[in-house]
Order: sequence, then C-alpha cells, then structure tokens
Amino acid sequence: MNELQFNDASYEQFLNEEKLMGSKCTRCGTLSVPPRPICVKCYGSEMEWVEMKGKGTLAAFTCITVAPPFMIAQGFDRKHPYCSGVVELEEGARVDARIEGVDASKPEDIKMGMPLKVKFLHWGEGENQETFLAFQPA
Amino acid sequence: MKHERKLGRGVAVVGAGMSKFGMFKDKGSKDLFLEAFYEAIASIDKGMDPKDIDAIYFGNFSNDFFVHQGHWGPIISDLIGHVPRSSTRTEGACASGALAFREGVFAIASGFYDVVLVGGAEEMSKLPTEKVTEGLALATSPYESKVGFTFPGVFGATATAYFARYGANREHLMNVTIKSHNNAPLNPKAQFPTSIRDIMNSKIHKAREKGDTVPEWKDEKDFLRDPKANPVVAWPMHLYDCSPISDGGSCMILVAEEIAKNFTDTPLYIVGIGQGSGGGLHAKDDLACFEATRYAAKEAYQMSGLKPDDIQGCEVHDCFSIAEIIHLEDLGFFKPGEGYKAVSEGLTCLDGPKPINTSGGLKCKGHPVGATGVAQLYEIWKQLRGEAGERQVPTKGLRFGAAHNLGGTGGTCTFTILERRN
Repeated sequence: MNELQFNDASYEQFLNEEKLMGSKCTRCGTLSVPPRPICVKCYGSEMEWVEMKGKGTLAAFTCITVAPPFMIAQGFDRKHPYCSGVVELEEGARVDARIEGVDASKPEDIKMGMPLKVKFLHWGEGENQETFLAFQPA
Repeated sequence: MKHERKLGRGVAVVGAGMSKFGMFKDKGSKDLFLEAFYEAIASIDKGMDPKDIDAIYFGNFSNDFFVHQGHWGPIISDLIGHVPRSSTRTEGACASGALAFREGVFAIASGFYDVVLVGGAEEMSKLPTEKVTEGLALATSPYESKVGFTFPGVFGATATAYFARYGANREHLMNVTIKSHNNAPLNPKAQFPTSIRDIMNSKIHKAREKGDTVPEWKDEKDFLRDPKANPVVAWPMHLYDCSPISDGGSCMILVAEEIAKNFTDTPLYIVGIGQGSGGGLHAKDDLACFEATRYAAKEAYQMSGLKPDDIQGCEVHDCFSIAEIIHLEDLGFFKPGEGYKAVSEGLTCLDGPKPINTSGGLKCKGHPVGATGVAQLYEIWKQLRGEAGERQVPTKGLRFGAAHNLGGTGGTCTFTILERRN
C-alpha cells in the first residue's frame, strides 16, 4: 500500500475499493484527506496512508437545483435537487462529499452537525467506473 | 509576511472606462472591450496617444469555454493597433481582471514600462445557463466539483456554515440584495438597473394586464421569500442572491507616478495592493471566512499604512449575497459575525458611513468575470474623482477607496487601495 503515490489517482483508486484514505505526515502527524504529497503544516514529505473510519458530522451543505451536465446525466435537475456538503470526519479532517439519504427539496429539515456515515457511489462500468464520495445519516 | 510590501516606484491611474454590462446577442468581447477602451482614452484629461502604451495586460477567465476562443492577449493587441508590442492574458477565474491590473502595476513599478493598459472582457451569454454553470465550475476546486458542487453551491454551503456560527439567516442576505438593487438604477452601465420594489410593481402590473392572479407581496422581503418569484439555485442561495450571466469589457490606463501629471491633474495613486490564495472548502480552517481575502487585505493595509476605517468606499466581490457579508468582515470593516448586522442597519448604503458596492455590485451591475476586477476599480475611479453622477457618495473630502476581487471559490483574492491626493 505504501508504494502508492500520495496523489488524486491513488485517492480515487481507493474510493473505487470503498476505502476513504488520507495521508498522515510522519514528522508532525498532520492528517490530510484527500492525501497530500507535501505536509501543509511542516512541509514534510514523508507520508503514510491512513484509512478513515467513515464517520463524521455535517459541517456545511447546499441543495442544488441548477445542476451541471454530469449531475443532470445522473438524474438531477430543477425538480430533483441533490445535496452536497462538507463533512467533518471523526479523525478531524474535512472532506467534500455528496450527502445522500436526505430530502434535498426540504433543506430546512437538514440539520447542521448531524452524524453521518460514509457511502461509496459507483457510477459507470469497467474502465469508466468512477466512485463519488458520499455520506448518509448514521 | 517577512518584509514590508512596497512598489519599486509609484504607479497611478490616469484613465478608466467600462462597457455597458448585460447580455448582448450582437456584441462580442472585442466590441465590448473597445467600448471600454474608447472611454478610458477619452477620460484622460490632457489626452494620450495610444501609441504611447508600452504593454497590455488583459484579464479573461474562460472565453475558451464560453465562445471557443483562447489566446486573448494578441487579439486585443491587434484590435487596438498595439502590435507588435507585448500583450499578456491573465487568468485567475473571476479575479482575472484584478490580476491584469496587478501585473500592470508591477511592470511599471519595476521600471520596465512607463505606460500600461490593463483591462478585461468576458462573453458568457452565448451559452445556456446549465453550460455557463459548467464553465464557471471549472474554477471550483477539483474536490468540490467532483461531488457536484457548483459555484452557487459552494457559496450556499459557506452560508450554512456562517448562519450556524453567527445566527444569521436568509432574511439578512436579502438586505444585501435590496441594497444593491437600490444602487443600480443610479448606474447607467448596470445590467439590472431596477430596484426590487420596481421589479415587484412591474410583475404585479403585468399580472393585472394578463388577467392572472395578482401576487400579494407586502414588501421587498415578502417578494424575495416567494419561491415562484425567487427560486432556489443552490440552497440557501436563491436567484436574487446570485450575480448574473453577463457580457462586458473594462479598461484602465496606468502610468509611472512621476509622469502622471502629464496626463491629468487628478490621477489616483495605488497605495495598497494585496493578493492571497486559498484551497477548496475541505481545506479551509474556517468555513465562515475567506482566508485569501484576509491575507490580501493584510498586505494592502500594511503597504499603505492604512486601517479598514480609513477606507471611505469599497467595491466588494458580491458574486453571491453571502460573499459580500463575509468579505465585509474579512476586509476588517466589521468584526467577524457583525457583517450581516451592519448591512441590516444600513451602514453599507450609498449614504451610510461605509458605502459598499455603489455601482450596484456584481449582483446588479453584472459580472462578466474577466472584466470585473478592473470594472470594480472603475467605480472607485469615478467615486474618488467625484464623477459618479447620481450615485456619488455624499462623503466630503474623499481620499481613499478600495476594491476587492475574488476568483473561484476563494482561490484567488485581491484587495487594492487607491488614493486621491488633491
């Protein structure tokens, strides 16, 4: 596992395998999700992989009705909004993610700070398979 | 910042222009820039031969995407007969124009050039809204766009974090919208020169004429609460929280301070200039502020020796209503958590103690992204020189004005302070 570079491609590969992975600076212990090749706190470049437990809380969110084409292709539009948010992981780092299992047409009912657990959304098949990081109410 | 920021030599603005902003089927980027260029040259009190322009810096975010044409530096150079002298395009998303301005300032400050044209243009209205949304989303962080965040989406999420932290709500955002719509009718270049009240009255009038059910809005906020009149885009951002899709151009002429008086008796001097950068939402230490704005402001204040209270009027990057409120705090005009209260109390109105976005802001003046940075400074040029007409702020002895430009979702932020010395 340590042979994998600390970059976006590795992060995406792990998501395909249903693992949410971050990098931990071996010098100062700073955690980054997605992984970073250079520590932004101490500029160290010795990293190790750490798997997140996949638990967190909702730190910010939005319910989007005017969607970009790739989301429209997934069935979202003005009548079918979706929720995207920022999740604060139990380990301390924050990640951007889709928020599933909430009613995006009733944003008033979505509670900031609500406990969430990870969900991996697979899209496409074979070489075209992509995995979107999502969270849903725990 | 280890050492003091300063320019190698002083730089002044001696001319400025902008096109009318709007959605124009019959005008391209070249036409719009030309409108701004003609006005800028004509505004130079003692005249200037465009042959004296040493170099061009031109801001454009993504005409590559919007009209399928890149490489705008030489296109603009060729347009105004500037070939073979240099022309450089700058890109910093919605802050592309401010980056052109900065490059122009540094090129003169270094002693390399004496006279520089800076400006920008963007042509966004040729595509349908969904495609423009996709084009703008190119400037979000890759981690944001991957999980569906659009531009309004990132600012919507930022709003939920701000609301949760400080107890603000949608009603407070409406005050920003109403204020910008009150200023815009006084600006002949604005894309939406209509107050919310006049928009309401016009819709009521149309409904009566057509024999439709006549809406019963009690006041502006009641109108803005109506999901039919003001639909959600990316909650809590609704249509009237968002700057529009626009076409437009802007232009300024910068010269070395020592020759400024050859062109005008009333040049404006660049006394503070700052720029910061930021990561995406997930990388922010604080979701309810823009660190890049704070850094840009720190640089500009330090260079100028000025404090936020010294700034007598400011154009603030209000791509979304929440952005204006948070930036008022990041620029130091109000304490964190106090920005929304200040707007509610009318402190940022045209005749208030801290006039903000007298032009109508991006919301109403329009936001052709590459043109915006220099167009914001154009408003400060007009105000400081007492040429803002009906929207002239009543402050006596105007001396310091500033403009804040943001690119992407806070990835690039600039802050520029101009001074009038006589």
